[in-house]
Amino acid sequence: MTTETARRAAEQAARSSYGRLVAILAAQDRNIAAAEDALSDALLAALDHWPRTGIPANPDAWLLTAARNRQRNAARARTLRQNAEPDLLLTLTPSDDAPIPDERLRLLFVCAHPAIDPAARAPLMLQTILGLDAARIARAFLVEPAALSQRLVRAKARIRDTGLRFALPDPADLPDRLAEVLDALYAAFTQGWDGLDTPDAPEALTGEAIWLARLLTHWLPEEPEPKGLLALMLYCTARHAARRDATGAFIPLAAQDSRLWNRDQIIEAENLLTAAARAARFGRYQCEAAIQSVHIQRPITGKLNLAALRTLYDLLVAHTDGIGARIGRAVILAESGDPTAGLAALDALDPARITTHQPWWVARHRIARLSGDTALAETALVQAISLTEDPATRAFLTAQGNASPN
Amino acid sequence: MHYMLILNETAEDFARRMDPATTGEYWGGWNAFIGAMAQAGVIVKGDGLQGPHSATTIRIRDGKRIVQDGPFADTKEQLGGYFVIDVPDLDTALDWAARAPSALSASVEVRPVLPPMPAPGA
Repeated sequence: MTTETARRAAEQAARSSYGRLVAILAAQDRNIAAAEDALSDALLAALDHWPRTGIPANPDAWLLTAARNRQRNAARARTLRQNAEPDLLLTLTPSDDAPIPDERLRLLFVCAHPAIDPAARAPLMLQTILGLDAARIARAFLVEPAALSQRLVRAKARIRDTGLRFALPDPADLPDRLAEVLDALYAAFTQGWDGLDTPDAPEALTGEAIWLARLLTHWLPEEPEPKGLLALMLYCTARHAARRDATGAFIPLAAQDSRLWNRDQIIEAENLLTAAARAARFGRYQCEAAIQSVHIQRPITGKLNLAALRTLYDLLVAHTDGIGARIGRAVILAESGDPTAGLAALDALDPARITTHQPWWVARHRIARLSGDTALAETALVQAISLTEDPATRAFLTAQGNASPN
Repeated sequence: MHYMLILNETAEDFARRMDPATTGEYWGGWNAFIGAMAQAGVIVKGDGLQGPHSATTIRIRDGKRIVQDGPFADTKEQLGGYFVIDVPDLDTALDWAARAPSALSASVEVRPVLPPMPAPGA
């Protein structure tokens, strides 16, 4: 076998199993940083071994064993050198058939522990469970990469030194920690989503987020919000094929060909939303999923139910005071005939947070157009285009400048 | 793991120790808390301390002793006592800390105790 094949196999294993393996390795001594180091050593060892010995039948088990040996050696080097016990630890004896348990849920909830800096929790989950690099997480959370790296290092040191319980939370702690876990999974999903059309498409990330949300719904069948989140993500992926035309140009939701939507995913999402409603505990993700559900109804009923959207956005703003929710609400206010109120709602947002926030400028352009203020619309559009990184979206926005308002 | 529960109290808490109207309730609360920890067998060691009025703080500056009457810092909460407990994890330590009477009025700081140093020359 060539080095190239082995490299690809190691990369594949790394991508698909990173969080799974870190979760298992860190559970023993709560040392996430050491687990990550051991795993990268194991991946290097794989690059060295696999071209000669062939790719093992169970690459995950091989990596796990190799990483555990590294961990033991490191621990031994730290503690005692005088002990003359034979070096059994270097021998690789991976069992090919032993199934590897999925400990990621446990690690997710550890990352959401109240004793960890709240600002570090979601980034920690994204880094350790989903293997996102710090630079990308920093972009997603609009923070300085250096500050974020520091925060992550501190959080890992705290987990190691304070002896946090490596277990799923007690029922009393569950609601708060569940909310943090859901937020992180959604952040991972959006990250994967935004990168779906880039050359190194991390499709795995949206898939992983959906998979983990699915695990959560099985593990917490009584909780409505994991179902809401899963439904939300399924509504989005269901429309994936319809959001670009043959030339790769961006197609907004209102202009998408609904025949390209994935029916199975939509049906599953609708069922999840219905099942979640039975708990009679409404929450942010059920609300966001319900908004998607309204949009999905458009091709069936022939028109967008703006009244329902207005109610849902009011609820959403009440549940999460997020900037996205407020922008969405402002646009719906304008779409349902009150652009003045929409513009006022946009302008009420914290100026520090919106000056470089592309969706805010897109929303401003749309609302200014609805109110007939072409000058304002034009300025907002120029700003929105300058803040857009994705070429397809930029092309779409540029075309907006030449189109007449609808 | 060993954790120290650093039990902070307010000036009002310290006053309640001596006030005949409140002393019974004050010490009753602590006795119940300590009794529960003893029953669970988690106490390694622990003590209550006399109030901050009894504190004397010393610093060496330019080779000279500077002795100050009173605690090291004048803060709203002062150290009133400590316990070292042996429990499996921080979560359990926090559960115990939450039951301390002073958690209601002031605060309890929880810190893992360093493992023993290796003997010199070992």
